[in-house]
Amino acid sequence: MPLSQIEQLIKGVVKGDRRSIAKTISLIENDMPEAQKVVSLLYPHTGKAHIIGVTGPLGSGKSTLIEKIAKEIRKSRKTVGIVAVDPTSPFSGGAFLGDRVRMQDLSTDEGVFIRSMATRGSMGGIAEATKDAVNVLDASGKDIIIVETVGAGQTEVDVIKIAQTVVVVLAPGLGDEIQAIKAGIMEIGNIFVVNKADLENVDKAVGAIEAMLEMNTTKKDWKPPVVKTIAIMGEGIIELVEKINQHKVYLDSGAILVQSRQRIEIELEEAVKRKLTEVILDNLKRREEFSELVDKILAKKTDPYSAADVLLEGKLKKYKDN
Amino acid sequence: MATEKKIRVLVAKPGLDSHDRGAKVVARALRDAGMEVIYTGLRQTAEQIVETALQEDVDVIALSILSGAHTVLFPRIMELAKKKKLDDVLVFAGGIIPQEDVPALKKIGIAEVFGPGTPTDALVKFVRENVRTKK
Repeated sequence: MPLSQIEQLIKGVVKGDRRSIAKTISLIENDMPEAQKVVSLLYPHTGKAHIIGVTGPLGSGKSTLIEKIAKEIRKSRKTVGIVAVDPTSPFSGGAFLGDRVRMQDLSTDEGVFIRSMATRGSMGGIAEATKDAVNVLDASGKDIIIVETVGAGQTEVDVIKIAQTVVVVLAPGLGDEIQAIKAGIMEIGNIFVVNKADLENVDKAVGAIEAMLEMNTTKKDWKPPVVKTIAIMGEGIIELVEKINQHKVYLDSGAILVQSRQRIEIELEEAVKRKLTEVILDNLKRREEFSELVDKILAKKTDPYSAADVLLEGKLKKYKDN
Repeated sequence: MATEKKIRVLVAKPGLDSHDRGAKVVARALRDAGMEVIYTGLRQTAEQIVETALQEDVDVIALSILSGAHTVLFPRIMELAKKKKLDDVLVFAGGIIPQEDVPALKKIGIAEVFGPGTPTDALVKFVRENVRTKK
């Protein structure tokens, strides 16, 4: 793609043109050769949006809740970007992206942009390209960006890498109270929601979460609130959005600098890892030596670690000495 | 930045159909063939369908309709799609659409119309062979 076309695309994104936003997200998601240039041109325009991550087990009502949150936010004329992530099938490589079913009313609101993404192999609950999609929406001027993750289990905590405010959505009776403890979810949530609060055992669920939070011994200035909602009826939404805004105020008072620094450290680390894989690993994999070593390992003449040493012989010297 | 390009398909239900069993069968088949399928549910307007196709930057729109309203809704969809510059998107349709209506639909840009009972393999093959390279 010629540079002029890339620049046109960026200009379009910054102006908020929906076609440019959509095409740019695709470009990055498909790792086109221009992707890096695009990201570097967009980066200076990012940093203004409030990024909210919404996570929680399947069936807790995340999509419905997000629709209601977005509608509430729209009342104050703020614009919203939503990235909804669903899992890619490890067998077919395909994905069913159905989160929009719960967000039908938003599709023709000009102040809302929704993008569905498949994880394409990432195991942390979001896609590798989710961060970049968020950056595009940020650069396009969206005030709030909501990322809906696949679901929260023990490994799907990657949302903390990109979100400033993490909202954990639970529902009574999904066995959540126990899951929450096991999964370390308590540590990543800034706001907890018990949705489907019309169901039985809602107070038990709220109590269990509050008890867990009490037990969290690390001193924190922000005490995560627990909000009850019935998303499908629109109940509890105003209170939830208030808490989200309060968290933003808390972040802006200074906490956000620490958080941003941590997130950027992770981003840089991941960017370096990706380059290492692309440049070095892929190169090594293409060599005959690699295949020969695999044969040797199969024949038990060597082991993977020793084989790795052979492949990397001499190449890591400059790093080891430092 | 991520991985290899996937074919993105929007399976859309324009109009007032009361069920989406067929659309879901198609959606699952395309997913099993390695595509990313966006499904937006029942009772979609032309505006909703085209706007979704735009935001999701889909390669294909699969329109599923049972109510007979295709003669009114499809032209509206194609007109909006043209207006929003979705010229490189492959559009095909299925459901209950009489054979005699097909030529008119092809004229407005619907690449193919598939009747009930079309083997899903045929749909997958059709998409793979006709999806257009995006600009």
